[in-house]
Amino acid sequence: MEIPGILSIAIFLPLISAVIVAVFLNGKTARGFALGASIVELMITGYIFIAHKQYDMSEKLTTWFPESFPVQYFLAIDGISAPLILLTGLLGIVSIFASWNVSERTKEHFMWLLALQGAVVGVFTSMDFLLFFLFWELELIPMFFLISIWGTGRKEYSAMKFLIFTILGSAFMLIGILVIFAGTGTFDMMKISELMPNANLIMPIGILFLFMSIGFAVKLPVFPFHTWLPDAHTDAPTAASVMLAGVLLKMGGYGLLRVSAGMFPDQLEKYAWVLALFGVINIIYGAAITIRQTDLKRLIAYSSVSHMGFVLLGLSAVGGGITSLAMTGAALQMFTHGTITGLLFLTIGFIYERTHTRHIPDLGGLARRMPIFTVSLMVAGLASLGLPGTSGFVAEVTIFVGAFPAFKIATIIAAFGVVLTAGYILWMIQRSMFGPEKPQFEQIGDATSVQVIPIGILIISIIAVGIYPAFVSDVFADGIAQLLIMTGAN
Amino acid sequence: MITEQLVWAIFFIPLASFCILALVVRPFFNSKSHFSGPIAVISIGISFILSVMTLVTVASNKNHGQDWGTHSWLEIGDFHFTVGILLDPLTAIMLVVVTGVSLMVQIYSMGYMKPSSHEPENNEHHGPEELGNPVYARYFAYMSLFTASMLGLVMAANVVQMFVFWELVGLCSYLLIGFWFHRPAAAAAAKKAFIVTRVGDFGFLIALMYLFFKTFTQSENYLEIHVINANLPGLVEAGVITGGALTLIALGMFIGAIGKSGQFPLHTWLPDAMEGPTPVSALIHAATMVTAGVFLVARFFPIFEHSADTMMIVTIIGGVTAIFAATMGLVSNDIKRVLAYSTVSQLGYMMLALGVGAYGPAIFHLFTHAFFKALLFLGSGSVNHATGTFDMRYMGGLRKKMPITYITFLIGSLSLAGIFPLAGFWSKDEILLNAFKDGDVISISMMGFLLAIIAVFMTAFYMFRALFMTFEGDFRGGSEKDPEAQAHGPVHLAESPFPMVLPMIILAVPAVIIGFLVNPIVNIGIPKHWFTYEFLGKALDYNYHVHTAHHQFDLLLAIVSLSIALLGILLAWAMYKRNPYLAPSTLGRVSGPIYTLLLNKYYFDEAYERFITGKIYYRGIAQISDWLDRNIVDRIVNIVGWLGANFGSLIRELQTGQTQMYATVTSVGIIIIAAIYIFGM
Repeated sequence: MEIPGILSIAIFLPLISAVIVAVFLNGKTARGFALGASIVELMITGYIFIAHKQYDMSEKLTTWFPESFPVQYFLAIDGISAPLILLTGLLGIVSIFASWNVSERTKEHFMWLLALQGAVVGVFTSMDFLLFFLFWELELIPMFFLISIWGTGRKEYSAMKFLIFTILGSAFMLIGILVIFAGTGTFDMMKISELMPNANLIMPIGILFLFMSIGFAVKLPVFPFHTWLPDAHTDAPTAASVMLAGVLLKMGGYGLLRVSAGMFPDQLEKYAWVLALFGVINIIYGAAITIRQTDLKRLIAYSSVSHMGFVLLGLSAVGGGITSLAMTGAALQMFTHGTITGLLFLTIGFIYERTHTRHIPDLGGLARRMPIFTVSLMVAGLASLGLPGTSGFVAEVTIFVGAFPAFKIATIIAAFGVVLTAGYILWMIQRSMFGPEKPQFEQIGDATSVQVIPIGILIISIIAVGIYPAFVSDVFADGIAQLLIMTGAN
Repeated sequence: MITEQLVWAIFFIPLASFCILALVVRPFFNSKSHFSGPIAVISIGISFILSVMTLVTVASNKNHGQDWGTHSWLEIGDFHFTVGILLDPLTAIMLVVVTGVSLMVQIYSMGYMKPSSHEPENNEHHGPEELGNPVYARYFAYMSLFTASMLGLVMAANVVQMFVFWELVGLCSYLLIGFWFHRPAAAAAAKKAFIVTRVGDFGFLIALMYLFFKTFTQSENYLEIHVINANLPGLVEAGVITGGALTLIALGMFIGAIGKSGQFPLHTWLPDAMEGPTPVSALIHAATMVTAGVFLVARFFPIFEHSADTMMIVTIIGGVTAIFAATMGLVSNDIKRVLAYSTVSQLGYMMLALGVGAYGPAIFHLFTHAFFKALLFLGSGSVNHATGTFDMRYMGGLRKKMPITYITFLIGSLSLAGIFPLAGFWSKDEILLNAFKDGDVISISMMGFLLAIIAVFMTAFYMFRALFMTFEGDFRGGSEKDPEAQAHGPVHLAESPFPMVLPMIILAVPAVIIGFLVNPIVNIGIPKHWFTYEFLGKALDYNYHVHTAHHQFDLLLAIVSLSIALLGILLAWAMYKRNPYLAPSTLGRVSGPIYTLLLNKYYFDEAYERFITGKIYYRGIAQISDWLDRNIVDRIVNIVGWLGANFGSLIRELQTGQTQMYATVTSVGIIIIAAIYIFGM
């Protein structure tokens, strides 16, 4: 069944729902409405994921701006973005469940969550560079308010830091977009790839590539632009942490794939060693810092820095590796990290609701009181350390195998990161869940039936992709193959 | 006679048992979970029957097994992850070992994990009650998952498929060592086991990457095991890859094997793994999972064979481990740890055998060892069931109280010590023989032989030391006297219940006869040396020369090793009889620093945990990184921000405090700047 305008629906359903929530609803009705909207949105994203190969879903509105300024309302979807949209749908519904008990300014909370979801879908579907940028910036506003209003700790500081970092990155990106426009005369991201080799650029293409990549590097994040991440994740409310780690970081990886790899293949190949280098720094430096953390959320936040290094390493395979394999691995890593880290933040958020502390030395002995949360934390943790049977393994092993021919030493060091990951994850679980029970947690309860739902959704997606990865990897591989054909690389 | 579907069923039935127990029984019927045991036992029983059928089929087949092809699982570019069954004599033997021992252990567990009736209030020994419910479902779910994973490992036709199950058995090991997770020691031991073996897995992973890197341009899929074994050496001969590459691949795999099989220097996790329930130790940490390392080397034996350097390293590691672990077993007072060191040491023998090219004897020893070592562990669990402790200093005098446990334990000990004509004698003799005859007087194999023969003495000594301390003399109080035994349970001196005794009796039979029966030195209807050479030789039936020397039984060597073992028993008797000729404390005093060194396990735990992990990593690299991140990387950012803020004070009027305003102004400003830049040129 072909649904016309499905991509626009996917973007505007959450955005319009956000307006409805803001204007007409209150409290529990707002919550229920948001849940309904996110369920429909999940169905839509699921449909897009499944059907995008059969139908041409692209939408183009050329009369959006006067002809002299050819900005189009141009949406399209391919193998790279389809799984990420599905991921957004999944985590969207998870974030609604994660906010189920928010009592302070309830309706605003759900409004911002819905708005965030719409903006992110917009980023993944926009094929016009300026539209892409618009959604890229739009996503900041909901996240800023989510952190600064419902956060904990130094929330205003963290929210502002998140904002400034991203804006600084996007400033470079905007310059880049305008330079590209000046050189090629179009904002159409599909055409740019073809036009780039003959474009008349006013600045050296290397610098242009750097400008564009910095914007994405901040988002991913890449050392040394990562310091906003631990603060933002730690102080954000659960739902925002889930969305932030789950999908917002992927915007960085998506940009690197779509723009840096898709429009600057020669530059990417030239600077592949830089990606490999920073990938390894992210992985090892991130892992080393992670093990020192005593706040559960901060620990997971730093683990994200480490895990995003694998994405960089996968992209670096253009420097002589098995590119299609490693890039598919990198894309898979984005998807799988979204579900895994989403589940980690979700579970930790739920545990925090009960224990009122995330300080690891204060926890311990929770496993017997919280069997469901323990299972959830274990599944997510084991997936995070790349255990076979979970999606984490597939992503890591394809990245390693694909990148190894290009950067042997870097890949070997990165593979050792797997041991370090096992160290911090298992130690975290041991200290927070195992050991003798503590008297202060004697009356503590396990997951409610509402909380079981998002946990279940994420566990199923982690295990399902782990057992039958082709479900997602075939789609990514298809998208990557097209990208590589388009750029003439192989 | 056996189809592909039936062999898959061997794997899927225990997996189904896991799914039922973990997804249905544990969440929804946990209060009625006593039927978890039967579910697991029945499913593994069916697998066992199918495995025996498989073995019979393979043994009666003239060629070296079945080839059913593989199925595509994941394809990305040149990466073809196929799955399938590789059925050869090695697989068939492993299937029977895994399902057979697993079946015995599951039956035993039904008795062992049952809350003790004589003191229901305080049955910590039998695991924590989870919110008032017993732990059966979780326990048998893990055990079923383990069995399925181990079966998946041994039948894998693709090296990635093998790696998947390789990691999954590690997961089950982690879950089961930490089964009593409320005990800090158990939780720590579980983590340690996972991480230490993962260091080995890192080597395996690199071997995988390197293998793929060297072969992905070939037309055949070099991730499939039979392709690797049949063609990789040929690639070296044809000059497509270098001999060094082959060595690297073999070496990486061997590092994986070192981790899994607890070989020196990654042995430290295995003694600690004894924190798990005793049936788990019997199944996973004695008979099956820890032999996976030996299995891995055997599986890729053609590759190892073609790398003399790797074979030498395997020999050295095997020989060193055999004696190194045995020395630590000499002084341990914990009955399970004695058995654990013994396992490490025996696995060393197997590696040694592989290193000197004795493929058949290595697997033969793996086979016999599985039975008598599982038996010994079950015996130690039975003893623990009665005394509530594992510390032999608080045991003694159990022979009369627990006659069946005593007799079966004695059989196991004799078999392990290598006493004629028990199973262990024949398999150990094959290894010693091959090491002895493999090289010159001064050679690596001869060094291995010498280490192994000294270890024979130690093995006999520590096993009979354990036997005398546990079963002879007077009872020394059990958990009531043992200050560290509060976690175990009450003293209840009687023979263990039927479900526990039965598997011990059954396992005692192969511990006695299986050695001579399958690999006789004369033709007894079963051909001479059938197991090691005729049957297992088929597993190496590839189209190029493979080293399988046929050394005949050597009476003199057998007598020497038997005498040495008897001397070890004699010394144990002299030291641990009622009025010892040589008191252990005297010997401990005399040997002073050596005794301390052994008691502290050569300080490996200190070196790894305190020094490398603690000092260098946690308080060194990690702390410095953390400090850098907070004080340098982040500080620079804040300085930039501070500059911005002070610059901003000059234009205070614009500071409306609205973030959107800032965002807009920034964006617009940049657009203007860029526009000037672009259009101005």
